Amino acid sequence: MPYITPLLPAYPEVFLLVMVCVILVVDLFLSDDHRIVTYALTQLALAGALVLTYVTASAEPVTTFSGMFVDDLMSDVLKLLTYIGVATMLVYSRAYIAARGLYRGEFFVLVLFATLGMMVMISASHLLTLYLGLELLSLSLYSMVALQRDSPVATEAAMKYFVLGALASGMLLYGMSMLYGATGTLGIAQLADTIFYGGARDVVLVFALVFIVAGLGFKIGAVPFHMWVPDVYHGAPTAVTLFIGSAPKLAAFAFIMRLLVQGLGAEQLVGEWQQMLIVMAVLSLAIGNVTAIAQTNLKRMLAYSTIGHMGYLLLGILSGNLTGYGAGMFYVVVYVLMNLGTFGMILLLSRSGFEAENLEDFKGLNQRSPWYAFLMLLLMFSMAGVPPTVGFYAKLTVLQAVINAGYVWLAVVAVLFSLVGAFYYLRLVRLMYFDAPADTAPIAPRGDFRILISLNGLAVLLFGILPEPLLALCLYSIQVSL
Amino acid sequence: MTFSEFVFYFFAAILVLSALGVITSRNPVHAALLLVLAFCTSAAIWMLLQAEFLAITLVLVYVGAVMVLFLFVVMMLDINMARLREGFWSYLPLGGLVAALLVAEMVIVLGGRYAGFHDMPGPPPLPAGYSNTKELGRLVYTEYVYPFEIAAVILLVAIVSAIALTLRRRKESKYIDPARQVAARASERVRIVKMPVEKKEQE
Repeated sequence: MPYITPLLPAYPEVFLLVMVCVILVVDLFLSDDHRIVTYALTQLALAGALVLTYVTASAEPVTTFSGMFVDDLMSDVLKLLTYIGVATMLVYSRAYIAARGLYRGEFFVLVLFATLGMMVMISASHLLTLYLGLELLSLSLYSMVALQRDSPVATEAAMKYFVLGALASGMLLYGMSMLYGATGTLGIAQLADTIFYGGARDVVLVFALVFIVAGLGFKIGAVPFHMWVPDVYHGAPTAVTLFIGSAPKLAAFAFIMRLLVQGLGAEQLVGEWQQMLIVMAVLSLAIGNVTAIAQTNLKRMLAYSTIGHMGYLLLGILSGNLTGYGAGMFYVVVYVLMNLGTFGMILLLSRSGFEAENLEDFKGLNQRSPWYAFLMLLLMFSMAGVPPTVGFYAKLTVLQAVINAGYVWLAVVAVLFSLVGAFYYLRLVRLMYFDAPADTAPIAPRGDFRILISLNGLAVLLFGILPEPLLALCLYSIQVSL
Repeated sequence: MTFSEFVFYFFAAILVLSALGVITSRNPVHAALLLVLAFCTSAAIWMLLQAEFLAITLVLVYVGAVMVLFLFVVMMLDINMARLREGFWSYLPLGGLVAALLVAEMVIVLGGRYAGFHDMPGPPPLPAGYSNTKELGRLVYTEYVYPFEIAAVILLVAIVSAIALTLRRRKESKYIDPARQVAARASERVRIVKMPVEKKEQE
């Protein structure tokens, strides 16, 4: 029996994998002075994948590889944003990693492998591929955190990340194996069908759900599974922190959509995971925002703020309707945009032998460089949710979805905690504008860095004034994909 | 209770006990050996599911290769167990309570009522000439080719990161480069340092 698999929808993945192997080999023959070739090839690989994804995009979902791979509009949009996020991260971190001895072929190869893992997760329609994609991403991230092997903080962070990540994977796998036991299938569509027609006992499904939600909570860093987030964000080299905090969140969103919404979205189960997500969301909003106030280290503060933002993401998803999922997607995209910019600013102020990771390092930035202070002001306003920046609209759409789903009290709680959150974002603005600079080293980034970070900061403002196209894209892609 | 149920419970009990032993035993070598026992019993349970190939691979690869290597490493390293186990007793009451609660809840949910043999039936009996290995080989290269490839990529990541994290030039190593030794010229071998003459102190 001939067995033909249409490869076309998976061209971006195939292309990226081939490019990674090419880069891996080419890098061996390069001396340290010519490492720029590896960098250029990495950017080229991302650009090629972007073009291929754009060309093969279609509104109709297409499956291939015996139904294990799906190419729908949601996956296309998320993948395109992933490439952009990763490419931006590479531009921002180039000078930083060069100053710390990380400007090596392995760094770029691991970044691309992680990107491939995200693409696999985004396009997975089978529990097996979902899990393998997650492992591909996580393994690359663990070793990227540990890459700075002479730094004790980084090694400790990598160890914690690895052990807790392995625990989370174990939980997720246990939940998946219970699902398989109850339904006899691993395909997400078949899973949904079996559950819909009552082919499995609810008790076992809910039992599996508990483990799956706990595993997911670990991976996105939602309270009470957040212990690793501050240590990893703090300990990892800032370039890697930027990477962990940006594109993988898009993949995590896709993971939740595929598993919870598409796979376990049957009527009787939605109520169950809604309850679990409500608890996680409220705790994340509370602990993330309140603990961030006490931090003096900017990376740790942003780690807690990430926990708070993940609470918002969960709010969007737990609304349990298309608008809510669309709002969640919009939120995560905006979050990645803001996070890229903020960590980009930390990279901008860092130099060889100096990490601008404390709040004091941003003192008097306005006197040192009004333009960068303004960009940081925009980013902080957006994080806090001050209009007219895009962060405001992201929060607003999520809150609307939550209220439409009938959880007014949740919206009230979320607003109260974002008020608490506004305090520590605005504290940084105060330090930048009203304090005397403690550090007077000149800020002179490369041209590409300067242009990109300016665009990034202005995008926060631009999407805030015109949020419609991006929001509509998110809503539409969710609508045609589910 | 049928015979296969008896076999299942027998091996499952050994598996759970040996797994408990792995995490509680004081001696790392004992822990590793108990892990071997755990692998062997889980191989037996897989055999009950008619997955002979997987069962044999588990014994061959994990017990035969991985665990032997692991034992070797454990014996070579001088691990200070006393330090590793610090705080074990102080955390035990709370941890034990949580674990006991978790187990009790899981027993209630997964007891025979909801997740018994009836709800999760085993695979149907297979004909005599059925080859597990052949079926597995066919599926891995056709239906499951995509996850199979990703698994291969994961192994590649493991190789790349293992090398990136461990391979480095140690500063204290007495590394010699034969090419440089051969290419050395006489003028580079000995360097005569001129120093001002110093008078010896008068006694």
